[in-house]
Amino acid sequence: MATHETGAASGSGAAPRHAHSGDGHSAGKYVLGYVASLVLTAIAFGLAFTHTLTPSPLVLVLLVLAGFQILVQLFFFMHVTEGNGPAFHSVAILLGFVFTFAVVLMSMWIMTFSSQVA
Amino acid sequence: MSETLRNFANTYLMWNEGPLIWGSDVLILLTIIGIVGVLTYFKKWRWLWDEWLTTVDHKRIGIMYLIAALLMLFRGGVDAELLRTQLAIPGNHFLDAAHYDQIFTTHGTIMILFMAMPFIFALFNIVVPLQIGARDVAFPYLNAVSFWLFFFGALLFNISFVFGGSPDAGWVSYPPLSELGFDPGPGENYYLLGIQISGIGSIATGINFLATILKMRAPGMSLMRMPLFTWSVLGACIMIIFAFPALTVALALLLLDRVAGTHFFTMLHGGNPAMFVNLFWIWGHPEVYIVVLPAFGVFSEVVATFARKRIFGYASMVSSLILISVISYFVWVHHFFTMGAGPDVNTFFAIASMAVGIPTGVKVFNWLFTMWRGRIRLSLPMMWTLAFIPTFAIGGATGVMLAVAPADYQYHNSYFLIAHFHQTLIGGVVFGMLAGMYYWWPKMFGFKLDERLGRWAFWFFNIGFYICFMPQYALGLMGMQRRMYVYPADMGWNTLNLVSTIGAYLMGIGFLFIVAQVVYSIRHGERDLTGDPWDGRTLEWSLPSPAPHYNFAVIPVVTDRDMWWILKREGREEELMPRPEEVKDIHMPKNSGVPFLMGVCFFVGGFGVVFNWWWLAVAGLAGVLLSLLSRSFQYEEEYSLPAEKVIETEISLGRL
Ligand code: HEM
Ligand SMILES: [Cu+2]
Repeated sequence: MATHETGAASGSGAAPRHAHSGDGHSAGKYVLGYVASLVLTAIAFGLAFTHTLTPSPLVLVLLVLAGFQILVQLFFFMHVTEGNGPAFHSVAILLGFVFTFAVVLMSMWIMTFSSQVA
Repeated sequence: MSETLRNFANTYLMWNEGPLIWGSDVLILLTIIGIVGVLTYFKKWRWLWDEWLTTVDHKRIGIMYLIAALLMLFRGGVDAELLRTQLAIPGNHFLDAAHYDQIFTTHGTIMILFMAMPFIFALFNIVVPLQIGARDVAFPYLNAVSFWLFFFGALLFNISFVFGGSPDAGWVSYPPLSELGFDPGPGENYYLLGIQISGIGSIATGINFLATILKMRAPGMSLMRMPLFTWSVLGACIMIIFAFPALTVALALLLLDRVAGTHFFTMLHGGNPAMFVNLFWIWGHPEVYIVVLPAFGVFSEVVATFARKRIFGYASMVSSLILISVISYFVWVHHFFTMGAGPDVNTFFAIASMAVGIPTGVKVFNWLFTMWRGRIRLSLPMMWTLAFIPTFAIGGATGVMLAVAPADYQYHNSYFLIAHFHQTLIGGVVFGMLAGMYYWWPKMFGFKLDERLGRWAFWFFNIGFYICFMPQYALGLMGMQRRMYVYPADMGWNTLNLVSTIGAYLMGIGFLFIVAQVVYSIRHGERDLTGDPWDGRTLEWSLPSPAPHYNFAVIPVVTDRDMWWILKREGREEELMPRPEEVKDIHMPKNSGVPFLMGVCFFVGGFGVVFNWWWLAVAGLAGVLLSLLSRSFQYEEEYSLPAEKVIETEISLGRL
């Protein structure tokens, strides 16, 4: 969105739209990102289905794969490194990370009781 | 043949259940015939399609959300009256256990997801662009998609009542109870798909309004000049974006368990039902703040306007909003302290829960200080705001009691809890949305709602509220559990339950007065010719009521917070009137039927999944993909409104 004008500044109508023409996101990058995310998903599914690992290392590997998945999304689809947008972009990403880690880590913490009762 | 028919009628239409369902069928049929008849007789089909079903105008989408919310308030309210009727006397047989389960499930789900959510979205849509000096939302087409996904999700949920059977595992739908083994009917599937479909719409709305507020503000409107309602919408949107995905995942996994034989939440095969509870409340707690923050925003606008004073402590209002949005993301375990997560977990979440009370308290004091020595006018929006303060204060206090983890082992799932959350949800969200509805009604429709009838509604609803819910605190402490459909006569609960039911009826009468008020005011309500009936402070009151569809002929340049108020004090209103030489052609988004059709396809596909009719599910999904595709190939999505047309409209509105 960094290249859009605000509706107000342009004095035009409703939405900032169809601006991307010259910012050169090549199709190749998207295809690569798409393939990468598919491969990461396939590995995760494969490991979970085939029971090649015992639960705790499996969880660790899945978490790492999920981390990579986030990176793929951020770099290939959301172009985090490219924009020179206002500060709230960074704040938003930071907040996203805080919430993501909070949810995952705290859920694991909350759920430790079930291994104790099992 | 007749055998098959009877079978169909009994399995899907539930005709073996007796007169109640027949009566509902007849009523629904009559309503449909009535609507179709009126539309045909007055030749209004074209109008309906052109002006409403295909609209991408945020003001009209807002009005449709409002109508849907009021209808759902009615349905959820009827459910509530049925529940309270059953509980009025001990040993009652008005409803049986199965029906009671269904009704509290639909009541809770509808009130939160299909009443509170569309009500806040109604105000988002109607107010935010006008308050920030924008011509529309950031993505008007997506906005229409959001509405129709909400609408068809709600329809799918509601249809369960007469086709296949209602869900009955509570609005939280915990497994294992909600798994196939214990709950084989289609009702749970309806729940899962109805919420899932409307949830997609909600996430899109969150994104849309976040982008709108961050990118579409008029020049000069820095964040710290934004009206507090817009701030509250920003907070709610951030929470929607971060919380709803947890619900999406929880519902999707539970659906897979039910239709694809997975075991995410079963005890066998390594699943864990507690994980559903965890995911549900990662969304669920932020959700209650998602619906109450916009209400706080409404109160801030109303208090300032009706006390004719600048809001006290604007910066602290903003920071407490933000603090609430962030902290309320870290409190979700207080909904399941009793699950057994151990003292360390419970202590952390107990303290975090109590901490939310601090910024909320700051806001309450700021509202009070704003009123202090103001010249207060007691119009309807202000009355609901005043009623909110003690109600929410008591609800907050009992909330802190519930947050004390060891004590919660006593109140958990008792009527104490029921009283607490109704106190905050009704006292906060419903009062807030009604205040907002009264406040912005003239802006939407160009006339005020009748004060006299509104006062009757107010008093019936408020007195009824206290009579209904105060006894429930006592009942809870006396051991009455929630979701009980019947209780024996010797528990000492009889009088309090009867009193509570009487209160519920009084609230029902209050609602009927609101209906009467709307109907009466359409004819006789005071017309709003100035566009500024309350002597308002923010930009929306500088426009005529209702605002023209392009909102601002010339985008204002904002120099102050409460700018309209300041201009009025200094006699400079003229500065916000358009000058002909400044009016330019305006680009407007074109109407489109695709969002509506996409909603229909989602509905069809969802319906297929509910009954595991896969051909129908695939057909629906194909329709969804087709509508997405057709949009990608649509190049002319805007049109240009010539400056002369705008000038003409402005002249007819007396602004030029
Ligand atoms: C006229 C006003 C209302 C009355 C009389 C009322 C009454 C009730 C009753 C009797 C129950 C069932 C208690 C039980 O047996 O466990 C209930 C549950 C519930 N209500 Fe209300 N209610 C009202 C308004 C609302 C509103 C406005 C909301 C939300 C915005 C709401 C949300 C809920 C929820 C979430 C449940 C829990 C459902 C469940 O147990 O799964 N109610 N209400
Ligand atoms: Cu909570």
